[in-house]
Amino acid sequence: MGFRTDRQRVHGLGTSHTGAHHWWSQRLTAVGMLILVPFFLFPFVRALGTDFETVREIYGHPFNAVVAMLTLAVGFLHLQQGLQVVIEDYVHDKPVLVAMLVANVVLCAAFAMTGIFAVAKIAFA
Amino acid sequence: MADVNRGNRPLSPFMIGSVYRPQITSVMSILHRLTGIGIGLTGVLVVWWFLAASTSPYYFDFADGLLTSWIGNLILFLALVSLWYHFFNGIRHLFWDAGKGFELGQVRTTGIATAVAAGVMSIVTITIALWG
Ligand code: HEM
Repeated sequence: MGFRTDRQRVHGLGTSHTGAHHWWSQRLTAVGMLILVPFFLFPFVRALGTDFETVREIYGHPFNAVVAMLTLAVGFLHLQQGLQVVIEDYVHDKPVLVAMLVANVVLCAAFAMTGIFAVAKIAFA
Repeated sequence: MADVNRGNRPLSPFMIGSVYRPQITSVMSILHRLTGIGIGLTGVLVVWWFLAASTSPYYFDFADGLLTSWIGNLILFLALVSLWYHFFNGIRHLFWDAGKGFELGQVRTTGIATAVAAGVMSIVTITIALWG
């Protein structure tokens, strides 16, 4: 033990063990959102507060539908990555931490899938 | 030894309140986290709205009516401002990640620009929502 270097003693002690990759992947989804959000937001706020027919017309348009599905996919991935960092910052009990990280992955994926399914159903109707 | 000072050094985020005076940098930093979480929660409501729109006119009217009630509008308004704030502050973060914009003057200027841009884009979006 006494012969190990400082670097050796801390090696592998990070929370996720894959920090650099996670960090880079989070920047990629951030840039993805930068492009997608404006294209998603403007048709969406026009559809909001109208009626069933208008919403079907707006999301019957392939461009709007594909942008909405992409925004849901990349957005919930970015959310999952962001919440993982938040959870790792505040939760220090290992079993609780792992349970929350799993719940985070499953819930973010479930919401993304549900949203994509709904938009596809509207687009194909 | 690298850690002679172990356990006896300040850990910045946990000093807020007692030692750390709020300033534009620290306030904007925590706002990025809070807005990210807020947009995420609102995203779940948006998914529910799409699900309703994919189901039936009745279910759509129910979900859409709730999202555009006064409380729904309040939530969506806060989410919209949060989204534009997080959007522009995210650009700021990406420049920092590239090693740019760290001078104190720049941090202030870009911080103020973020707040102004978020305000302007929120007004533009609301205008489109109401009359687009
Ligand atoms: C609109 C374009 C967006 C951009 C440019 C963007 C950018 C970023 C960046 C650069 C970070 C990392 C910040 C850091 O280094 O601490 C981040 C974190 C985060 N983002 Fe986004 N984001 C966007 C949209 C969203 C959306 C739509 C959501 C929610 C669904 C979201 C939720 C989060 C969360 C929860 C974090 C973690 C915050 C933290 O670690 O403190 N972001 N975002």
